[in-house]
Amino acid sequence: MSVAILRQGDALIAAIQSDLTDAQVLALRDDLSERVGRHRLHAVIVDVSALDVIDSFVARSLRSMAITTRLRGAETLVVGIQPDVAIAMAHFDLNLKPLRTAKDLDEALVLLGERVEEDGGAG
Amino acid sequence: MTAETGTSERPAASDESLLPELVAYLRENRTGLREQWVERITAAGLLTAMTPDEIFSEVTAVYDNYVAALETGSVETLQAYARDLSERIIPRGVDTDEVLGIVLLLRDILARSLFVHYQDNPELLHRILDAYEPAANRIAVTVGVSFVEERERVIREQQDAIRELSTPVLQVRDRLVVLPIIGMLDSQRARQLTEQLLGAIQANRARVVVLDITGVATIDRTVANHLVQAVEAARLMGASAIITGISSKIAQTLVDLGVDLEQMRTVGDLQGGLEEAERLLGYRGEAAATDQRT
Repeated sequence: MSVAILRQGDALIAAIQSDLTDAQVLALRDDLSERVGRHRLHAVIVDVSALDVIDSFVARSLRSMAITTRLRGAETLVVGIQPDVAIAMAHFDLNLKPLRTAKDLDEALVLLGERVEEDGGAG
Repeated sequence: MTAETGTSERPAASDESLLPELVAYLRENRTGLREQWVERITAAGLLTAMTPDEIFSEVTAVYDNYVAALETGSVETLQAYARDLSERIIPRGVDTDEVLGIVLLLRDILARSLFVHYQDNPELLHRILDAYEPAANRIAVTVGVSFVEERERVIREQQDAIRELSTPVLQVRDRLVVLPIIGMLDSQRARQLTEQLLGAIQANRARVVVLDITGVATIDRTVANHLVQAVEAARLMGASAIITGISSKIAQTLVDLGVDLEQMRTVGDLQGGLEEAERLLGYRGEAAATDQRT
């Protein structure tokens, strides 16, 4: 298995360990979106720090992953994008705005923590 | 040349011996020709950046090198001298057309004096010129090329220097870095800037990056797109980029170009940019308290 999926509190952490085939990417997307709804989770963190290459298909899939999980009630954060990968992704003619990002897992958890505080304060 | 045996065997045999004669003639008349040359240079208004004494000493050196190049047929010494000369005169604002003009003046003066000297013997004059012209042209080309090469070398060095000191990465606070960008942005520098920006995010674990472009005078479409992509790439790595110090001229250019600036976070000046950065980082300092923007 090239993706480790862990649960941490309200969040699901998917750590991609090695390059995925297109089919595996789509399977991962469906799997995550399914679990989010089933366990009533609020966040998905996808760690791509092990990937040296993200092609436009994977980028588009990550984007659609972000959108589908949001529709199911959870925020998706992609963490650990490498500099070269970031440059390549910025060159894709792809609107990646729905894709939220953080530097690493730590930061993502901090960001999510802040959000929970804010939500708590507001409601 | 060897095929023609009957009618004109003399030129083939004597062309070789003509150059020494030519050189001897030029050596003999060195003083007169050299002075004539200086006069012509002054009259043409060339080399105004140099004093008459300097012109005279350089002219003497060039003249001797010129004759030596004619004599030996090797332009290497002249080439070295021309490089050295260029190195000395380029910083004083001597232009390419001046250098070429001067060398061509010497060529003309010498040719003219050859005309006068050999006018009684047109046939010999012809052959002297046959020997002289290719050599003189080669010398003119050598000097011109040396000058231009030297100038290009200086330009390259300066470009490298600018590139090296262009973009320091300053860590201002925990998770906050500032990149002040000074000078002209071309697409190569913009690409390098992106790499530096992302490297800084990686190395300093930066969460907010302030790109200050106060020192950038103009920007074009390619560079603007690079900038947009750099900001997007920074975001993908989990850092927010704030662009500060966009001059009204650049702002106008960006609007005219129709660059999509929606995802760019821009603040007027560096101070405002730092305040915004601190707000993003969650510092609740004075700056954040007085900052009423949303």
